[in-house]
Amino acid sequence: MKKSVFLGALTVAGIVAGGASAATLDEVKARGKLNCGVTTGVPGFAEPDAQGVWQGFDVAVCRAVAAAVLGDGNAVEFVPTTGKTRFTALASGEIDLLARNTTWTLSRDVDLKFEFIGVNYYDGQGFMVPKELGVASAKDLDGATVCIQTGTTTELNLADFFRANGITYEPVPIETGAEAVQQFIAGACDVYTTDASALAAQRANFEDPSAYVLLPEIISKEPLAPLVRHGDNEWADIARWTLNSLIAAEELGVTSVNLEELSAGTENPEINRLLGTEGDLGAMLGLDKDWAKRAIGVAGNYGEIFEKNIGASTPIGLARGLNAQWTDGGLIYAPPFR
Amino acid sequence: MTTLADPHTESFRPSMLLNDTRYRSLTFQFIALVAIIAAMAFIGGNLVRNLTEAGLNISYDFLGAQAGYDINQRPISYDSQDTHGRAAMVGLLNTLIVAFLACVTATIIGVLAGVLRLSPNWLVRKIMSFYVEIFRNVPVLIWILIIFSIMINAAPAPRDFRGDDPSASMWLFDTIAVTNRGVYLPKPVWGSGSLLVVGVFIASIIGIFMYRRYARKQLYDHGRLVPTFWPSVALFFVPVILAQLVMGSPISLEYPELKGFNFRGGVTILGSLIALWFALAIYTGAFIAENVRAGILAVSAGQTEAAAALGLRPGRIMNLVVLPQALRVIIPPLISQYLNITKNSSLAIAVGYMDLTGTLGGITLLQTGRAIESVLLLMLFYLIISLSISFIMNIYNNTMKLQER
Repeated sequence: MKKSVFLGALTVAGIVAGGASAATLDEVKARGKLNCGVTTGVPGFAEPDAQGVWQGFDVAVCRAVAAAVLGDGNAVEFVPTTGKTRFTALASGEIDLLARNTTWTLSRDVDLKFEFIGVNYYDGQGFMVPKELGVASAKDLDGATVCIQTGTTTELNLADFFRANGITYEPVPIETGAEAVQQFIAGACDVYTTDASALAAQRANFEDPSAYVLLPEIISKEPLAPLVRHGDNEWADIARWTLNSLIAAEELGVTSVNLEELSAGTENPEINRLLGTEGDLGAMLGLDKDWAKRAIGVAGNYGEIFEKNIGASTPIGLARGLNAQWTDGGLIYAPPFR
Repeated sequence: MTTLADPHTESFRPSMLLNDTRYRSLTFQFIALVAIIAAMAFIGGNLVRNLTEAGLNISYDFLGAQAGYDINQRPISYDSQDTHGRAAMVGLLNTLIVAFLACVTATIIGVLAGVLRLSPNWLVRKIMSFYVEIFRNVPVLIWILIIFSIMINAAPAPRDFRGDDPSASMWLFDTIAVTNRGVYLPKPVWGSGSLLVVGVFIASIIGIFMYRRYARKQLYDHGRLVPTFWPSVALFFVPVILAQLVMGSPISLEYPELKGFNFRGGVTILGSLIALWFALAIYTGAFIAENVRAGILAVSAGQTEAAAALGLRPGRIMNLVVLPQALRVIIPPLISQYLNITKNSSLAIAVGYMDLTGTLGGITLLQTGRAIESVLLLMLFYLIISLSISFIMNIYNNTMKLQER
């Protein structure tokens, strides 16, 4: 009798646990907060400001999803993760969404069982050297000492690049970006390599940014994408289409300024569908019809988020480049909202 | 009247398992054992079930796959084309290297500091107390980081050696370069005939031991004190130098030279190894110093006084009378300190030294996503290293301990 009670309890617990892991949306709603994994601090991408409020390009994705789902862009619990801890944090359910400069690769998508929801920044691995070394190309780096962050695709690309060019190097593996910068500035390594966007971001915080140059070579494709766990397609859809709504908003000319005006209804049916005045796209996702309006309302469309956090007018000063809309010759492209 | 009956053979009843003190403890131990096994089986089964549900299986196939990353210190040949298994081996050797160096250095520092803490000189005593207290009471990770950042900021970068008027220069007639990336030393190059020189060297080492034995025999048998130090030094250097000159210098030295970004040639000792080695040695040295002090204080003062009464000098009292007895107290805790050094060496990644935790438990784990397998293997490796150290040190302990007859 006691045994069957025990077994029954176990079964119930098992079903509850199994069911909970399947519906991230319900879990997030019940909690009232989105747990979002970000970096431990990369200027422009994710970093707490002087008031301790997280700001940045990746942070904006977290806030948009929180606004779409919970109606409040501040209902986010930011969880700083390192290159090492990020996947475990997501797989274990500690975070619902990981928006942290993560390269979309086949093995991460398939073998590690994650779902990438779309690229929010097309990046590539670059090199930074002190200007006084007088190096003009990464191919001149034979015998150089290179600082790399461990646990990233960076170190594999680096090994491939130097092998392909028949030159040698001394790797200095480092755990976080901050430590790498410390060693690089002290001259313990000649070269610092990571994603070009992160190099530009970190250089902005140097005492004398002009004493360092980025080399022209971009040695890899690094499509940085937010990701969720495999197996909960509804949740993945919500995250994917929230990101797409930010991108589509830029393409359709919906900005934080004219959002209210446009959401009253326009001549353009695509804008109407996006903002919920026409059709029921929100209901298909299991949300209400204003979901995309709220997502865009947090910090504006993709272009506005880019300019505010990492654009040419910021200290980080990244050009749109590949990250311009497809209509402007870039790769940023949202599938149609219909 | 008394009758001698056969002793009553008590038949075993199940209730005796609880009521009879002879069986009760066994019963409880059995129940506890079953409960522990059941708990382990439940946890293990739960793990396996969850892993299967998540579509993960335990497999060590990744050890045979190409690693794809480079390692900065390679005791055995390794490049990015080699397997994860070989990368783990490189990491293992790096762990052993730093653990060995740190154990030896920590012992030397510890014994010196421990003896000096009991010095009659007030200043020496206080300096040593200061050393012990400051190193023992700050976490070792912090010491590793402090020493490493002092090193990379204080030592010159290789580029400072360049130019007509360089701000840094090499030491010892331009043979040794100390930079913030490491220390570059001359490397011996073995030409033809160098085998003979090495042979002469080994022979002279054997000669030194033979001479010392002869000297001791003279002392014990005839009471004559034959000098040993200078003849030993002469035996060590003279034959080798003669052989080297006679054979026309077969062993030459390759000096490190600044080429391109770094010094090339010679032997490189990485800065990260030096920082980790030094930090572990000086940190654990503080603990060993306390063990040594405890060991020395455990030898009764009467021994010292008796030795002094026999006319022994203080140095000899320490070496011949006190330390041999103190060793019996010192060695057992020393084993734990060696184990601590080995385990603390896993903090290597803080300074970018690629030890076992950095390769197998770091990059390999992250690139393959095989966390459980890697961590289990990592535990196994550290367990084997630690058990081996205990085993060897226990043998030494057995030879040193009081032989009871």
